[in-house]
Amino acid sequence: MKPSSTPSPAARATPRPGRLVRVAAGVLLSALAATGGADEYTATDLERWQQAYGQVVKKGDELFHGGLASENTLQCAQCHPNAANTHPETYPKFQQQLGRVATLFEMINWCIENPLESAPLAADDPRMVALQAYITFERRGMPLAPGKH
Amino acid sequence: MSGLKRREFMKRGAALAAAGSLPLGVVELAFADDQTPDFSFAFISDSHITHIKGREFVRNFDRGLMRAVAEANLLHPRPDFVIYGGDIAQLGTAAEIDHGLDILGGLRGDVHYVMGEHDYYLDLGEHWERRLGPQYHSFDHKGVHFVVLNSILTHEAWTHGAWDSPMARMNEMARLDNPDGSPFMVGAAQRAWLKQDLERVYCDTPIVVLSHSPLQKIYRGWNFWTEDAEAVQALLAPFRKVTVLYGHVHQIQYNQIGNISFHAAMATAWPWPYPGSYSQQTSHLPKLTVPMNRADPFFERDATGWQFVNLHSGDIDVHYQLPGNTPRVVAFDAARGHPVDRHHQAPEDRLPTQDHY
Ligand code: HEC
Ligand SMILES: [Fe+2]
Ligand SMILES: [Fe+2]
Repeated sequence: MKPSSTPSPAARATPRPGRLVRVAAGVLLSALAATGGADEYTATDLERWQQAYGQVVKKGDELFHGGLASENTLQCAQCHPNAANTHPETYPKFQQQLGRVATLFEMINWCIENPLESAPLAADDPRMVALQAYITFERRGMPLAPGKH
Repeated sequence: MSGLKRREFMKRGAALAAAGSLPLGVVELAFADDQTPDFSFAFISDSHITHIKGREFVRNFDRGLMRAVAEANLLHPRPDFVIYGGDIAQLGTAAEIDHGLDILGGLRGDVHYVMGEHDYYLDLGEHWERRLGPQYHSFDHKGVHFVVLNSILTHEAWTHGAWDSPMARMNEMARLDNPDGSPFMVGAAQRAWLKQDLERVYCDTPIVVLSHSPLQKIYRGWNFWTEDAEAVQALLAPFRKVTVLYGHVHQIQYNQIGNISFHAAMATAWPWPYPGSYSQQTSHLPKLTVPMNRADPFFERDATGWQFVNLHSGDIDVHYQLPGNTPRVVAFDAARGHPVDRHHQAPEDRLPTQDHY
């Protein structure tokens, strides 16, 4: 099964420009006034953030299931159905073959370069972010287990 | 006793044994059978030959199959034949099936092929059948009755749905974790054939069923599953000793349900995680199963493998050949009445790499 409840991506997750300006202005104002901005987000904000998050998880799901360009046609889900055996909750952890403690994105790149025989992604490439979002979403609820093998 | 009467008698005897109403010693005596000599065969599965373009195929998967073929040819004593458990191809194209069969053509001796969903859902088995013959059949070998099933059929409505193209259907079925997938089944027509086929078999004849899907229900979300498993098991229930050998799951699995022992094959292509490692759903890996050693992506043959199988009076032991890992033996234990791993069955004998989460 796919994520049994992908965080419902709304029809539009990209905030309209007007909204962005207002948000930016708000940040600036609160920084200047140094007043407590702690309760200055609303249920609407929360919903919007959740939608933005859901969109990225969905993007990651697509990339994971063949959407990521692959030199030899292999896709992540072929070996990791529902992102099983990716264990995001264990990272960073020691990888014997790399000889050091590695982060999740390095391991994803390892699979891109080896099983997929393709070029690695930059750490901040939106596709890398999306892959991590999807992988982690499929492990939601699992306790953090740093370093675990 | 005429054939029919004897069969009826054995049926009743087997039913009693299954109900556990006879002491084990008596069961053994009643069914003691020296008619079937020991023999062995090799069992290779799930090579998923993948066409990239032109004459390029995914090298890793070619190598897995080549290695299995080379090692099967070196077996001594010679296995009587080879079973191929299905999924020769990744997307069912003639290019992939032919390339896979070219490699498998290097095998010495006869090969009996089972249909996998990756071989089937592009052209509904047409090219496969042209190359390899009927999708289901049976044969006898040294007193054992072998049945080959096509267990990866599904609802007609799904198969003949409004697909954009045959390849769209193939891609849909090729996705293991597909939320829009459709469960595997043997189907009514083939079950009717099986019923008829078994009518001429004595109840004390050991039966080995070769299927691609498990013929038991483990996890529907990944089609580690056969929708009409119970109905198929019921047809096999009257027999003294039945073993189901299947592919598809790309991992070590074994189980015992009544008179039926189940064993899965490793893939030569890549391993699959155990369904229990998907934390969002529950699944039912047979409790007997001690998992395969965990895959290490840094070694591309890790957690792949192939197996050879010995038959002694119908009881089977499966020898898993696991590149880079110690071979494992899962054998029927007559005293316990089910298959056990000869070295790792007890919890205290497990290796850390057999702990999947
Ligand atoms: C040919 C099979 C294959 C493909 C395709 C593949 N992987 Fe892997 N990957 C593995 C294996 C095997 C492991 C090791 C699993 C283990 O450690 O239990 C692994 C490990 C990982 C890990 C680390 C798991 C851990 O437990 O530390 C991550 C993360 C990962 N893969 C992500 C991906 C992503 C993202 C893709 C697609 C870009 C991908 N993999 C494609 C086989 C594959
Ligand atoms: Fe397979
Ligand atoms: Fe399969």
